[in-house]
Formats: sequence, structure tokens, C-alpha cells
Amino acid sequence: MSAAAGDAPVLRAAGVNKRFGGLQALADVGVTIRRGQIYGLIGPNGAGKTTFFNVLTGLYTPDSGSFELGGKPYSPSEPHKVAEAGIARTFQNIRLFPEMTALENVMVGRHVRTRATALGAVLRTPSQRAEEKAIRARALELLDYVGIRRYADFQARTLAYGDQRRLEIARALATDPKLLALDEPAAGMNATEKLSLRELLSHIRSDGTTILLIEHDVKLVMGLCDRVTVLDYGKIIAEGTPAEVQRNSAVIVAYLGGAQTATGQPAAQAVP
Amino acid sequence: MTLFFPSLRNKPAAAIAATFFVAAVLIAAPFIVGTMGNAGVRALAFAALYVMLALGLNIVVGFAGLLDLGYIAFYAVGAYMYALLASPHLTSNFPALAAMFPQGFHNSIWMVIPLGAAVAAFFGVVLGAPVLKLRGDYLAIVTLGFGEIIRIFLNNLNAPLNLTNGPQGITLIDPVKIAGVSLARTLDLGFVKLPSVYLYYYLFLILTVITIIVCIRLQDSRLGRAWMAIREDDIAAKAMGINVRNVKLLAFALGATFGGVSGTMFAAFQGFVSPESFSLMESIIVLAMVVLGGLGHIPGVILGAVLLSLFPELLRHTVVPVQEQLFGRIIIDAEVLRMMLYGLAMVVIMLYRPKGLWPAPEHGVNPSTRDGAKAGASG
Amino acid sequence: MDTFIQQVINGLVLGSLYALIALGYTMVYGILNLINFAHGDVLMVGALTALTSILLLKAQFPDLPGWLLMVAGIVVAIPTCVVISLIIERVAYRPLRGAPRLAPLITAIGVSIVLQTVAMLVWGRNYMTFPSLLPSEPIEFFGATVTVTKLVVIGMSALIMIGLMVLVNRSKLGRAMRATAENPRVAGLMGVDPNLVIMITFAIGASLAAVAGVMLAATYSVAHFYMGFMPGLKAFTAAVLGGIGNIPGAMVGGLLLGLIEALGAGYIGELTGGVLGSHYQDVFAFIVLCAVLILRPSGLLGERVADRA
Repeated sequence: MSAAAGDAPVLRAAGVNKRFGGLQALADVGVTIRRGQIYGLIGPNGAGKTTFFNVLTGLYTPDSGSFELGGKPYSPSEPHKVAEAGIARTFQNIRLFPEMTALENVMVGRHVRTRATALGAVLRTPSQRAEEKAIRARALELLDYVGIRRYADFQARTLAYGDQRRLEIARALATDPKLLALDEPAAGMNATEKLSLRELLSHIRSDGTTILLIEHDVKLVMGLCDRVTVLDYGKIIAEGTPAEVQRNSAVIVAYLGGAQTATGQPAAQAVP
Repeated sequence: MTLFFPSLRNKPAAAIAATFFVAAVLIAAPFIVGTMGNAGVRALAFAALYVMLALGLNIVVGFAGLLDLGYIAFYAVGAYMYALLASPHLTSNFPALAAMFPQGFHNSIWMVIPLGAAVAAFFGVVLGAPVLKLRGDYLAIVTLGFGEIIRIFLNNLNAPLNLTNGPQGITLIDPVKIAGVSLARTLDLGFVKLPSVYLYYYLFLILTVITIIVCIRLQDSRLGRAWMAIREDDIAAKAMGINVRNVKLLAFALGATFGGVSGTMFAAFQGFVSPESFSLMESIIVLAMVVLGGLGHIPGVILGAVLLSLFPELLRHTVVPVQEQLFGRIIIDAEVLRMMLYGLAMVVIMLYRPKGLWPAPEHGVNPSTRDGAKAGASG
Repeated sequence: MDTFIQQVINGLVLGSLYALIALGYTMVYGILNLINFAHGDVLMVGALTALTSILLLKAQFPDLPGWLLMVAGIVVAIPTCVVISLIIERVAYRPLRGAPRLAPLITAIGVSIVLQTVAMLVWGRNYMTFPSLLPSEPIEFFGATVTVTKLVVIGMSALIMIGLMVLVNRSKLGRAMRATAENPRVAGLMGVDPNLVIMITFAIGASLAAVAGVMLAATYSVAHFYMGFMPGLKAFTAAVLGGIGNIPGAMVGGLLLGLIEALGAGYIGELTGGVLGSHYQDVFAFIVLCAVLILRPSGLLGERVADRA
């Protein structure tokens, strides 16, 4: 399987190490994500998935590692530069701007791709006004895309939980990212909500945005992701297609515990 | 007007009528108040200055969420800058300058305003750059420290070189001159005579209206949204591509600019500046105006500024005579009473209306109309 | 060299006072994440009540020895400060425990202003002389002069600080305080009443402030309604310098700041060739504050703040 000519991976990270005091949170972790993929990052709690996200997006400084976005090296030193380069993320615990309306939240997402200055705002220059109109229109479009257009003028903190997650995705999409990095987007959702989230993510992928996904819901990951990396205690223990990973004994042990039968085989056989 | 009363959004006729009404009241105000003497009009003029200050601080504290307890330092910088450039102080203390400028320092207000704004902005950047990354209460204390440091320097820079004339301050500051007309003299328009105080009031009123318009435009812009994003969650703001450090600095510098311009106006109006006018208490009062009025909500801030600047004047005129009547002497000095009421107001309003007297209206999802009828807000 | 020793002694005196006041700030911040803006004014109330009672006693019993009057003053000041401090906690801070951080800061400032204005009404605006109660003949000490008052300040503060360390590290109450400071909710689950612990913390801080206030007035022979502001601000600087929430840190920070200020004021004339005089003394504390917050915000000994998850 060779890459198409000139088709650099959307994201290539390699040799990422991060230590917090006595704890090696990430040990030589790396991923290669190709355009149009939905890439899953799974592993038990505390495996280092969010830490890796935070390193990728500039919230933590790694001890070592190389990073390339679309073939071009980038240094994840400052989060806003990472967003500018083209990685947009959502947060495990949802970090919306609670007092701002849903529409305003998404409009903030457009900040990094727009240019109006304080002076332009004060003088209401024609270019500033045109840009404001465009920002608003695009934000409404995105709200529609994720399905919460009707809540545009409501404060974000009053939205239902599932809608807040969608809003966070809409806001991230507003930055026109090359890679959309979602940290447990399905957490706390019921089955119906997960189904429509899955539809949304497929939609996003087919419209051309590459997705990196941390998730605990194994069914969602297996059904949606093209490739998966499994972390445990900061190390990669498996990598491949969902089907391959599901059968990997190290993965099974990591999730279900190391109980072994008399023959030394792990006791459990299948991942639920 | 629709900003102030959003319910007027759908009734353009009513909105226009309201605007005219308010404008009429503001223009007529000095004549009404002036029947009791010029002191009332002076109070109105100062109220306008305070509105400008409060709106400037609102950019820093209300929009961007940065706690500044030393804001009056920018007011001081603007005031002293004008004082130095438009009074005999420098020429009388430095013969070299007197030789270079034989007519003395009389600089046009139209040059000094931009200069005052620029110098204040400069101070804003210099003071802000190292400290804006600090967390809330620390930032408050550091800015308080800066404010005090500036006051101490103003108070002591009279030796070895007499730059600020120390505690005595600088006097004989030029009044504002517009198109050759000095605002220090009564203007005779034929059908009406406008005393100097009235003229300054109208000037400040115009500047205040400009300030309000600028603030509204900033609020509803890309920059305004960035400020609010930072205020709500600066990590998420960073993740969305906002250069938090620079945007915070911009808020600080713009706020400083408003302070500086107000300061130049103050110096021209009063004709005299001294370090006493720029104490910590003043910074606190302006902060109180913003917070008690309605943090981040422009109409609320204006209300806060007007109430907190006019109320003490009213006190002065009632409390003192009342005490004289009742007790034959003054038990509670109006000054002390004013300060005490400021303190009490701060405690009481935070306890019972922590969002201020006129906060931004909330618009939440009505649970019964939400799809799936999920009970209660979540998240 | 004489100047040096003299300034070191002055620095220790000043520093001991800062340390006592700083302890109040640091303990409250450690538990509540709140800068108790009114702490300096509590100190002021202590000093003024002590002054009033000393003057009254002196008028009634002119023959009482000075040191007894001093003790009486302190004995009156401590409960006064404790009561005021507890009222403030109950009325102005407790209702706002969950509110955004700006709210308690504003109430704290408001309380501070109210205390000052009430003091203005009760005691007037003028500077009042604090009588000289301890023998004032200077004592020679390695080329510097020291008074009994200064020695008492240093000695008493040292004893108090040692006592506090024993309380915090060796007693049940101390354990409860440390637990609440780290994680109030879990401490509550372990049977500690966080409200009670918080009240005790305020009470201890207020007592220390009362003693510091009386000592401050005695050292500089003056008391007035605004006397708490600068020492309060500087003591807060000291607390941050040592590491906010860190009790030994407050002590170290206080002493260090006192020394920096005294030595700075003593030598600034020489250092700047006469451009800046000693009335810039207050600026030192601010410069230290800014420097610490910018360069090492966690302080010298590390901060210990509650886990507010």
C-alpha cells in the first residue's frame, strides 16, 4: 500500500516523550494519519491519550518528538500557532465559552482565519463589515451543519449536553482545520446521540476533513475508524485496523486485566 | 438605543424617539441643574469624565476579564503629560527650555490628545507585558502596586530635577481652545450665554458619546469576541487560534488610552493637577463603577459611573445641612460618608446582585422548547 | 559597617512584623484562595483599640508599669480583632465561597474601606501618638543602637512563630487545618468541619495581626486610621515571596522583605548617587512583588493552595 505521489500524511508525529516528575506519561509515541482518515486513539484510562493530544496541540511541551502537519514540520509550542497551522480540537470536559451564545462561540472559531483589527472595527471600514458578514454567515452554516441552528442565539451553557458537544465540534470546524482532533466526543451520550454523532463524523470525513479521535466507546471506534493506535501506560501496544487491534492479545490484556489460564493464555478472548 | 433596551429592536419609531428624548435631556441638563449654581454642572462634567474612565476600564475588566486595580495610573499619565506640555512649569524650572520656547509651552489640545493617548498606551504596554499572564488576584495586586508606584514617583520627582513639582502639583494649566475659542471663558452666542463649565460639559459629553460608540463597535467585532473568549476560558481561546497574550495586551493598552485621554481633559478642565487626585481610592472607585454597574455591559457601566459620581455630590449637599440642622454640627464628614457608602455598596451589591445593577440580559434555552425536552440546563 | 548592622536590625524588626501579618494572609489564601484585603485594616483596629485602652488605663492608674500597659493593650486588641475578623468572614466572605473570584475580591475591598471609614469616625483622621511604654534608652549592639521595644518585637514574634509551627505541625487542630487547606471536601468527609477550621484560621490570623498592630504602633510611636494599608500590602508581598499558602514561607518572606527594605532604604542614596532618596522605600516592596510574581510566582518555598477541583 503506497501513498499516492506527493500525498504527505496530514499528521506525522514520532518519538514523542513526556515526563511529569516521576511519571513517564508518554514513551516514544507516534502516529501517522493520512488524508481523509478517521484515526482512533484508544486505551485504558490514564494511558496518556489526552496527554498526547495536549502535546500535539501545544498545551504541553514534549521532552522530545518530531511533528509534521501536511508534510511541513511544526513545533507545538504555542496552542494558537497550532490552530493557525491547522489542528483544531475539542476537549474531554467540554470547554465552550459559556456566557456567549452558540453563534458567538462558532464565530470565535473564525478568528484565526480572519484579519479585522481594532481600528477596522472602530471605523467600520467596508472590508471589516464584509468580513463580519462572512463570519456570521459561515458560523450559521456550521451550526446548521452540526444540527443546532435553532440554538444560535442561546447562551452556550444552557444547551443540552449533546448539543454542547456538537457546538464544540462546530467551533473547531470554523477554524478550517486540516486535522480535527476530538477528545472523547461521545462521552456521556446515549445510544441515539452516539448514532447521530457517528453520522456527523462520517459526514465531516466525506467532506474532506481528517479526524483524530480519542474514544472509550469501542463499538463507535470499531465502526468508524480506519486505523487505530492503542496506548497503555504511555506506550503504544498496538496499531492497525480496528479488526487487527481487536484481536491483539496485548490489547485485550490491557483492557480486561492480566488474568491468565493455566496454559498462560489470557482468560478473556473477545473484546465486547 | 437598541443596545440599552433590546426590546426596542423591533420598534424603530420608539427607538428613534427615545434617542431624541435622551439627547434633549442631556443637552438641557446643565441649564436645569445650573439654576442651583455652577457646582451642579461641574458635577455633570465630572460624571461624563467618569463615564469615559469606567468604559475604558470596562474594556480591561469587563470585556477581557483582567483585574486592574491601578487603572488611575493612566489617568495620571495623561493628566501630567498635558500639564507638562501646557503650563509654565517646565519652562520656569528649566531655563534651557525657556530659551527654546520663549512663548512658553502652549500646546494645542488637538496635538496633546493623541499624544496623551499614545503615552498612556505606551505605559499600558510596558506595564501590561510582564504581568498579564498572572492569575486574577495576583494581577490585581500587581496592578495596584504599579498604580501606587506611579503615584509615589509623581509625588517625589521634584528633586534633583523638578519634573512633577511633587506634592504641590502643577498649576496654571492651559484651558482647552477650540477654533480659537477658549473654554475657560463664557461663550456669548447671542441668544444664550454659556459659562465655561457648560462648555466643558458639552465637550466631555461629545467625547463620551464617541467613547460609547467606539466601545460598542469594539464589543461587536472580532476583537471583542476574542476578549470575551479569553475572559470565559483562555485555554479554549488559545486552542481556537487566539494569540491570548497579544489580545490581552491590546485590551490593556486600549483601556489605558481611554484613561490617558480622560486625564488630559481633566487637567485642562481643572487647570491644576496633583498626585492626590490619583490615589488608590480613585482606582477602586472606577472599578466599583464598572463592577457595580454591570461588568462588561456598556449600559450598566454607564449607569454605575453616573450613580457613583453624582451620588456623593448629592450627599454633600444634603448630609451636611441636615446634620447642621439636627445636631448643630457635622458629625459625619461628607467625605467620610461618601467613602463609607462606597465600601458598603461594594459589599452589599456583591452579596445580593453579584452581576451588577444592570447586567447583560441572559438568553437561555427554554427547557420546554428544547428538542427531546431534556430537563434543566446541563454541562 | 555600623550602618549595615543597624539596618539589619531594623530589617529584622520590620521583617518580624511583616511575618506576623503575612501569616494571616497566607493561611487564609491557602484555605480559601482569597486575598483578605481587609487584613491590614484589622491590624489597624487592633492598634487603635489598644491605644485607646492604654490611654484610658494610664489616666486611671498613672503608676502602672509600661510593660503591663503594653500587655493590657494586646489583651484588649486580640479579642477585638478576632471578633471583627469572624464577623467579616461570616458576612462578607462565606456567602461568596462559590462565586467567581472577582466577587469576594470586591467585597474584601469594600470591607477594607468600611473599616477605615469607621475608624475615621471613631478615632478621627489625625495621627495619634502611641506612648512610649518600654524603656527607651538605646542599647549598644556591635556599633548599632537598639531599643528594648525593638528587641521585644523580634523576640515576641519569634516566640509566636515557633508556637504557630508547633500548633500546625504537632496538634490535632493543626492537622485539621492542613487537611482543609489541601482539600476541604475530603477533609469534611474525614470528619473535619471546614467552616470551623476556616473560622479558626481567621481567628489565628487576626490575633497575629492584633499583636503586630500594637507592636507596629509601639515601634513607630504613631497610630492612625490608614496605618494598615501599606504594612498589609507589603505583608502580602512577603507572603507571595515565601510562597502563598506556605506558613514557613510567610515567615521567611516577611523577614526577607524587611531586610531588603531596610537595607535598600539605607543604601539607596549611595547607590543612585543621590537621585533617589529614602522616601522611595515603599517602592522596594512593590518592586519585589512584581519581580517575584513575574519571575517566580510560586515563591521561594513553593505555594500551597487548596485543590479546588
